Amino acid sequence: MNQLIIPVNSFDHIFGNTTAALELVEYGDYECPYCGRAYPIVKNIQQQLGRELKFVFRNFPLRKIHPNSFMASAAAEAAGLQDKFWEMHDIIFENQKTLEAENIFLFANKLGLDIERFKNDMQLEPLIKKVESDFESGLRSGVNRTPTFFINGKKYEGDWNGGQLLQDLKSMMADTLII
Amino acid sequence: MLTTGTIAPDFNLYSTPDQKVKLSELRNKKVILAFYPADWSPVCDDQMTLYNEMGKYFGKHDAQLVGISVDSKWSYLAFTEHNKFHFPLLSDFEPKGEVARLYGAFNDKTGECLRALYVIDENGIIRWSYLSPVGINPGADGILNALEELDNVKSINQ
Repeated sequence: MNQLIIPVNSFDHIFGNTTAALELVEYGDYECPYCGRAYPIVKNIQQQLGRELKFVFRNFPLRKIHPNSFMASAAAEAAGLQDKFWEMHDIIFENQKTLEAENIFLFANKLGLDIERFKNDMQLEPLIKKVESDFESGLRSGVNRTPTFFINGKKYEGDWNGGQLLQDLKSMMADTLII
Repeated sequence: MLTTGTIAPDFNLYSTPDQKVKLSELRNKKVILAFYPADWSPVCDDQMTLYNEMGKYFGKHDAQLVGISVDSKWSYLAFTEHNKFHFPLLSDFEPKGEVARLYGAFNDKTGECLRALYVIDENGIIRWSYLSPVGINPGADGILNALEELDNVKSINQ
């Protein structure tokens, strides 16, 4: 059973209740159509589970097959420096067929970001390193496609499509409550 | 599957319609052999797409990846172009599966390769292997661990 090699930490983007017992980590590629399909499924899970869930997104850009994926990851990270990581994450997935640079800047504009700073931040070495180290931690944790999910540190081998992931999270929640 | 410590059997297979790759010519490098069932099949796509991203990581360990299946060199040409692969795929096509059989990585029932991984060191000795269930993409963590361990052993011995 594959485990998350690097546990969720302060460098991660965490959505929801940071003290929730239930933790869902996604390794995703912004240009990957399967991740695009998973996006509303995860949104729904977040709505259903509310404060019971902590959700983390880590970058896993497959840049040879998805040429815009790395830039999209950098864009979300750069937006994060202006406290708009999740807003950028969402707008990218909602428009994932048009991720060319000019569109990324349109998104940034729409989100009210300081564009000059955003452009500059996207090139910052620590930010690029963050994306690369996400990718590497994914490789070492056994990520073998996108999206790959981890629930409380364990790789999720079930089918995330449809309602299965929510069901499995709910039953894990029930288990933790009993303990 | 061949065991760790044995000499990797040599082979000479087509990587493109007019180019062959010989294992013994890759000496001085570590070689990762990834046997896989078939071009275009869903799990193989994922697996090779992942490995395609890993040139940098394999390069750090001075390792070269090659994929091997029983598909023809013409299928490879299309498969490689479609997925923009940056590493060679070798065609174990005629006699079919001959190399895969040498490595214990052939499935007689389906006539395809098994999903098997080997790491071979600079001297052509097998140092690590893994047989994955056909339907499961083994990812890259096992390969990376094996390469790291080989480099660690080397630096201790030096």
